Amino acid sequence: MWQFFHKLGSPKWFFGIANRFMPWLLAGGLILLAAGLVWGLAFAPKDYLQGNSYRIIFIHVPSAFLAQSIYIMMASAAVVTLVWRMKLADVFVKSVAPVGLMFTFLALFTGAVWGKPTWGTWWVWDARLTSMLILLFLYGGAIALDRSINDEKSAARAVAVLVLVGVVNIPIIKYSVDWWNTLHQPATFKLTEKPSMAMEMWVPLLLSVLGLYLLFGWLACLRMKTEILVRERRTRWVKELVLAGRK
Amino acid sequence: MNVNAPIALKKVDSSVGVFQAMVSVFLRDVRVAFRQRQDLLNPLLFFTMVVTLFPLGVSPEVAFLKQSGAGILWVAALLSVLLSLDHLFRHDFDDGTLEQLMLQPQPLFLLVLAKTMAHWLLTGLPLVLLTPVLGLMLHLDGNSVATLCLTLLIGTPVLSLIGSIGAALTLGLRSAGVLLSLLIIPLYIPVLIFGTGTVAAAAEGAQVSGYLALMGAFLVLALTLAPFASAAALRISLSNS
Repeated sequence: MWQFFHKLGSPKWFFGIANRFMPWLLAGGLILLAAGLVWGLAFAPKDYLQGNSYRIIFIHVPSAFLAQSIYIMMASAAVVTLVWRMKLADVFVKSVAPVGLMFTFLALFTGAVWGKPTWGTWWVWDARLTSMLILLFLYGGAIALDRSINDEKSAARAVAVLVLVGVVNIPIIKYSVDWWNTLHQPATFKLTEKPSMAMEMWVPLLLSVLGLYLLFGWLACLRMKTEILVRERRTRWVKELVLAGRK
Repeated sequence: MNVNAPIALKKVDSSVGVFQAMVSVFLRDVRVAFRQRQDLLNPLLFFTMVVTLFPLGVSPEVAFLKQSGAGILWVAALLSVLLSLDHLFRHDFDDGTLEQLMLQPQPLFLLVLAKTMAHWLLTGLPLVLLTPVLGLMLHLDGNSVATLCLTLLIGTPVLSLIGSIGAALTLGLRSAGVLLSLLIIPLYIPVLIFGTGTVAAAAEGAQVSGYLALMGAFLVLALTLAPFASAAALRISLSNS
């Protein structure tokens, strides 16, 4: 157990593991996402109320899911950064923050596109939308802080503090805007309850969520590998790796 | 004088109690601030000017001002606190006082708490005191003004406390001012929502004790958690420079 823990902190070890897992993550993610999207977009039944426009849910819900869980993952990694000073944890935070920003933007964008036919407007100041917008700001702040500090280690620790402060605030922000204004439909997707939607819609949605998670795993590995190469550029194993690649 | 003699280290006076240390940090900040009186005045001028922009820029109609006056005052107060946060640690950072504070035997987070409280006394409280005058100019009725002042009284210390985290994180960075706003504004949103919500409820004649209790909860949460985060951020920023 402890050996595993120590290994996890070693960028070189991670590099090897990531290389081994990445093809599987990519293939699994693409297959699941393709299956979910084709099923959802072409074969799932129409919604009796919203017609075909509801089909954007197969992109909207998975992105919103990831947008939120990436922040939670970043916060967990931030704890590891601050407590154990593990190199990989801050590589993770730095690498996935822009991905989280992208998914948050995607969720907001698809939400706006969906809102136009269903609510008749691109944007409403509703609780869910507002809290996603604030999440976008939190991601933006973390990225901006990271880019403003030149020293890699201090940047990582400062961002970790900020992300943790943000994660304490997320429930507060969520409840305050919920209380403030609510128009958005309740969450479609709860693991603990029986789905409120038809099975033919729910299964493809589940497939796209899982597929996007796997793809996120692949993207995170890819970005972390790049970041590791930059950070460890002076170490012998990276030099050997690059020289071997050149041959 | 014998040059070879070892330099006597000043004995660390650990007999100073924690509370005493906090009080002296607090009094020092107040004293320093009163020697730079313009810095005390600036947030208040800014506050007044931002409030002036709304009737000029949106509408001077009484109905509009009555409806949005509380929100305008809250946003203006929030921005003024935000603007003044840069001063919280900057001078002490520049002249090395902060490093000395860090070396004290007393826990840093308590000293940071004392500094933040001094900051509130010097910026937050004057804003609260100025609010009735501006509220009158925005045609708010007496009841609304009273509630507004109460929410600001509870809310501005929260703004100072949360802001101290941002000020500590951006210490010594190039574009600290804008960055500070980017980091802190999202965290201010709940305070703003409940602050203005309380006034809106009071205007409708509803009970406000529940809202005030929630704002009090924010204050307690910020008082207990923010100084730890600020102290951690200060250590990071100072190890960076």
